[in-house]
Amino acid sequence: MKPGWRVKTTRRVTVKLWLLLLMVSLCAVTGARAAPALVDANGQIEDPALQARFERIVKDLRCLVCQNESIADSNVELASDLRRQVREMLFDGKSDDAIFDYMTDRYGEFVRFNPPLKRKTLLIWGAPFIVLLLGVGIIFRIVRGRSRMPLDDEPAAGPV
Amino acid sequence: MWKFLLPFAAFVVLAVLFAAGLNPNRDIHALPSPLIGKAAPSIALTDVMDPNRRVNNADYKGQVYVVNVWGTWCHACREEQEELLTIAQQKVVPIIGLVYQDERDRAKQWLQQLGNPYTAVAFDNDGRTAINWGVYGAPETFLVDGQGRIVYKFVSPITTEVWQREFLPRIAAARRAGA
Repeated sequence: MKPGWRVKTTRRVTVKLWLLLLMVSLCAVTGARAAPALVDANGQIEDPALQARFERIVKDLRCLVCQNESIADSNVELASDLRRQVREMLFDGKSDDAIFDYMTDRYGEFVRFNPPLKRKTLLIWGAPFIVLLLGVGIIFRIVRGRSRMPLDDEPAAGPV
Repeated sequence: MWKFLLPFAAFVVLAVLFAAGLNPNRDIHALPSPLIGKAAPSIALTDVMDPNRRVNNADYKGQVYVVNVWGTWCHACREEQEELLTIAQQKVVPIIGLVYQDERDRAKQWLQQLGNPYTAVAFDNDGRTAINWGVYGAPETFLVDGQGRIVYKFVSPITTEVWQREFLPRIAAARRAGA
């Protein structure tokens, strides 16, 4: 070991230490965003963007025990298990589609209140328009039929 | 012509829909499982009777077996229990129990009091295994074939009639396909 080695390294170490301190303080400033999302005492995810996604997803998932409630509204155990599942998948960085796929893979399309537009769901999504067209058709026929009838306030045709 | 045909056609359509909707044999809560034909999710849990013993459905690979989901909170499961005991005596297939949303001690007590029809009873303490199986209530019963695929799912308590009509033929078919 050469004499003087120690002094040099000390200086290098101090520089490194300063760099480290700078990085730590930078992390502390930006850390709020980078830190893993956590749940506060009220069960809200601390990251508001993630909480918003969570709320949207659980509102679209049917609670299969009480079939007309979403898992956001239901108090049964299955709903809370499924909410936990959604939360964990969000923390893992899974996309909304991945979460919905996870649920439909296990519970079927019925688990979604808004099933995606596919060939299989075409009739569900198309039904309102079909009914609307039918209604328009019926009204059209009635109106046309009436327009051929004589009006009440017109004198009746033919000799009186 | 249309004046008579159209209302008549509407009547027929409605009658068919009502007949299907009011069919007393139809369980409105029974949903088709998307897992039919797919690989059975893994069960890797502890035994309800002994937390040190493991229950793995991987051990049953190559066999046709039944998974029955139950809980002590489920009244229908109590009815089903008697039937399962009779079925178990016939030793047709191994029956794995999956205790769902329950406490270990209660489940233990139930088995000690009413009898244990199961080859092994897995304890699902956090509901994760049940989610993987698409379970949404109890009792639910799955039939798994020799290739480890779910062949059939039945929601509601099993009765003698259901066992003979729905399960036995499928068990026989699964064995024939596996042989």
